[in-house]
Amino acid sequence: MSIWNFPLFPKQASSYAWHMDLMYFVLTGLSVFFFIAVLLVLAYFGIKYRKGSKADRTLASPDNNALELTWTIVPTIMALAMFVWATLFYFHVTQPPADSMEIFVVGKQWMWKIQHPEGQREINELHVPVGRNVKLTMTSQDVIHDFFIPEFRTKADVVPGKYTQQWFRATVPGEYHIFCAQYCGTEHSGMVGRVVAMKPEDYENWLRGGATGLTPSMAGEQLFQKLGCVSCHLSGDTPRGPKLAGMAGAAVKLQNGQTVTADDDYLRESILYPNAKQVFGYPLLMPTFEGQVSEEEIRELIAYIKSLAAPTQPSK
Amino acid sequence: MTSHSPSLPSKAERNPAAFSFRAALVSTDHKVIGILYGVTALTFLLTGFLIMMLMRWQLAYPGRALPGASALFGSNSARMPGGVMVPEFYYQLGAMHGTIMVFLAIVPLLVGAFGTYLVPLQLGAPNTAFPRLTRLGYWSYLAGGVVWLSSFALPGGAAQSGWTSYPPLSIIAGHGQTFWLIGMILIIVSSIAGAINMIVTIIQLRVIGLTYMRLPFFVWSQLVTAFLLLLAFPPLGAAGILQLMDRVVDTSFFLPSGLVVSGAALTANVGGQTIPRGGGSALLWQHLFWFLAHPEVYVLVLPAMGMVAEILANNARKPLWGYKSMVYGTIFLGVMSMLVWAHHMFLTGMGTVITAFFQATTMIVSIPSIIVLTALLASLWGGAIRFNTPMLFALAFLPMFGIGGLTGLPLGLAVTDIHLHDTYYVIDHFHYIVVCGTLSAIFGGIYYWFPKVTGRAMNERLGRIHFWSSLVLLNCIFMPMFIQGMAGVSRRLYDGGLSYAHAQPVLKLNVFITHAAFALALAQIPFIVNLLWSLRRGPRVEANPWQATTLEWAAASPPLAQGNFETPPVAHRGPCEYSVPGKDKDYTPQWEQ
Ligand code: HEC
Ligand code: HEM
Ligand SMILES: [Cu+2]
Ligand SMILES: [Cu+2]
Repeated sequence: MSIWNFPLFPKQASSYAWHMDLMYFVLTGLSVFFFIAVLLVLAYFGIKYRKGSKADRTLASPDNNALELTWTIVPTIMALAMFVWATLFYFHVTQPPADSMEIFVVGKQWMWKIQHPEGQREINELHVPVGRNVKLTMTSQDVIHDFFIPEFRTKADVVPGKYTQQWFRATVPGEYHIFCAQYCGTEHSGMVGRVVAMKPEDYENWLRGGATGLTPSMAGEQLFQKLGCVSCHLSGDTPRGPKLAGMAGAAVKLQNGQTVTADDDYLRESILYPNAKQVFGYPLLMPTFEGQVSEEEIRELIAYIKSLAAPTQPSK
Repeated sequence: MTSHSPSLPSKAERNPAAFSFRAALVSTDHKVIGILYGVTALTFLLTGFLIMMLMRWQLAYPGRALPGASALFGSNSARMPGGVMVPEFYYQLGAMHGTIMVFLAIVPLLVGAFGTYLVPLQLGAPNTAFPRLTRLGYWSYLAGGVVWLSSFALPGGAAQSGWTSYPPLSIIAGHGQTFWLIGMILIIVSSIAGAINMIVTIIQLRVIGLTYMRLPFFVWSQLVTAFLLLLAFPPLGAAGILQLMDRVVDTSFFLPSGLVVSGAALTANVGGQTIPRGGGSALLWQHLFWFLAHPEVYVLVLPAMGMVAEILANNARKPLWGYKSMVYGTIFLGVMSMLVWAHHMFLTGMGTVITAFFQATTMIVSIPSIIVLTALLASLWGGAIRFNTPMLFALAFLPMFGIGGLTGLPLGLAVTDIHLHDTYYVIDHFHYIVVCGTLSAIFGGIYYWFPKVTGRAMNERLGRIHFWSSLVLLNCIFMPMFIQGMAGVSRRLYDGGLSYAHAQPVLKLNVFITHAAFALALAQIPFIVNLLWSLRRGPRVEANPWQATTLEWAAASPPLAQGNFETPPVAHRGPCEYSVPGKDKDYTPQWEQ
């Protein structure tokens, strides 16, 4: 029958997909084993000790510490072993390798907007090279969404007000699916897209073929001028605002004595909510840019600030 | 039938099957209110079921007109124009199916009906500790249910943000969501009142001799459940009020900065000035919600385990195997269940260390469930098993709950959860627990305690038809959903996955599932007929028809309207002394010297 003609999982097309399936099948295999054991015991007791049967009932003791300890300790040990395996693997799947190329994703009702480091923009499509680690940095501009690529066995919520990440390395060229897995309103079921995994040379061609816009950091530099950030954050230390070159990713000392790491969430907050964390030694002068910059523009500003971290400043 | 003193109230109040509506309205008797809970919750169960059938039609035949829908909804209704469901209506049905089933059907059946009715009897008590609190609990529950159902009539319809109501979606949603929150607050009041009452009743009203280790396991399960409700509901109450403020007075507790919805920034009007909204956190709601909703999952399970334990011991004619470890296991389960909530949030980017912590607590919490389940299984060992309808349902609970629990393992490990989260696999996992497991236990409980409540027995043959057809059909419905989930089909898809090109082969299963669900509806007819028929015509039974040992069977069937017992019983022994060597009958009731 045709309805039985399907694979249990989608195709495996990322570096860790096989590992996840293996783990799932080990867990399920153990579960099926125990389930069948329980069914057999149930059937055996049910038949042997049905009312009126001649079974010897004196053997059954009302309590048996050895037996009880066995079924407490055996599952505990197995749970522990699975736990160690699963946790190590979890760290692998959720921590993007350092050499990942970063692609930026904004979710909105009901589409995905995607931007490549070279400046290409796509909607509901994601082109990636196979064999390369790709890190998606994602946020939403309205409600919570979830970026799900079944063939890569990867999925993560896309939450407004913060950045989440996922990474993968595509292994097989081909077309795969993007689904929104978190219910996000009326058109949720239609919030779909596709991933095109290409051989590296095809990917290079695709990059060159697209209308090459500005790279995010170049666009960010223009915004930096346009929005007037430059008047307070000129390179070099001015009394008005702190120097931004080299600060991304580094530790920042705050007025209240705490130290925080200037990660993407911190930079985003500094632009939208400058008063939330006051940099040590500077007055609360910076105006909020809330409502004036879109999620993409915030992202471009962050890309620009990060590019300032390079030892020699790019362009000009 | 036992004789009764002449000073008793009217006959109508004595026979609950014929009790007068007026008397019930003002009653503070735990039996009357327990029956009110039971009847109301069964009605809501049916409502939730009918809602689900509408959804299942849409999932099997997306976009096809539902025969008869025009007659039901009017041919150009906004919900089903021309009989075809619009997405908004599907999502209202989805959110309300979940909400009704959890908060208006299953929990009220377990805690409201069985708990309120049986616990005082099993304690040998004349009533609950605070009879008026019992009444408040019921009426507040009913009010919450009425608010929720009436929200379907609102211009924008009922709430449609899922039973989880995640912001920001729930905050920008229509008025139905406001009603959802108000209804939820009423349900919270009801649950807290009920929980306090239950705890005090169990601690204070145990009859002479009924020590803690002589309590029926069902009472223990209700005690732990009551603590869970008492501790977990207040945070949700607070969260509900915050969300209400976000919706009604434009605060931003759950709204982060910079939101742009349909092209416009979200703003609030403060003193004539328009200011941008923001500064809150969307995930805060999820923490507060799941801090309740995970313990709630155990509220949906523990009393069911308690009922299964009673039925199993009685029909195996054997004491519960390892009663003490079951009790300690249940207490441990209750404590741990307060520490696992964030395993519903593995994909929200919480951070790897927090995730590892919640993954560890999740592994730990599964151990006591295994202990209780295996102890129940071992209770059959060396028994003399009677396979009547209640026993069949109780036995089915074990493997069905087993499937639900075992499929939870890959969801509890954060890494395998990545692929399965928010798919039909999750839907299926908890339906195996709640429908195949808990609902089986509830049916078993109804067949088992019906004679106590009404003084009449239910029909065995209809009961068996009901059992076997339901068992087969439930598995026909839910087994295929695992396959859909593994293929990556998300939950909450109004079009049943039409746009999920890769999953078309598994989506064909939707038709089969829907037909099985419709057949399941038919399979409930023998039950409904049995219930109504036996109420009037069932053969009369004496006080202890199952030859059981716990104290509710010391009272007449039905128990005396006032005070339950003719003379308060005294507990002389443990709760399930069946087949004690050297005794001439195979059961020794707690109240026998
Ligand atoms: C009116 C002057 C002013 C303008 C205009 C201004 N800033 Fe600032 N900025 C400051 C001051 C002062 C601080 C430090 C005090 C604080 O933390 O609020 C600061 C802090 C920051 C920080 C945190 C720096 C650190 O070392 O932690 C970032 C990032 C930043 N600004 C980015 C921007 C961007 C991007 C813009 C333009 C969109 C901008 N600022 C516009 C004055 C300004
Ligand atoms: C045979 C009976 C039942 C069937 C066939 C059934 C079917 C379904 C289906 C198909 C969905 C998924 C909707 C979607 O993803 O679009 C669903 C959701 C749900 N069901 Fe049931 N259900 C049944 C009984 C119950 C019961 C007894 C409960 C009690 C707890 C329950 C609780 C839920 C919840 C909480 C949801 C999630 C709602 C949401 O997405 O917000 N169901 N059910
Ligand atoms: Cu979405
Ligand atoms: Cu969505």
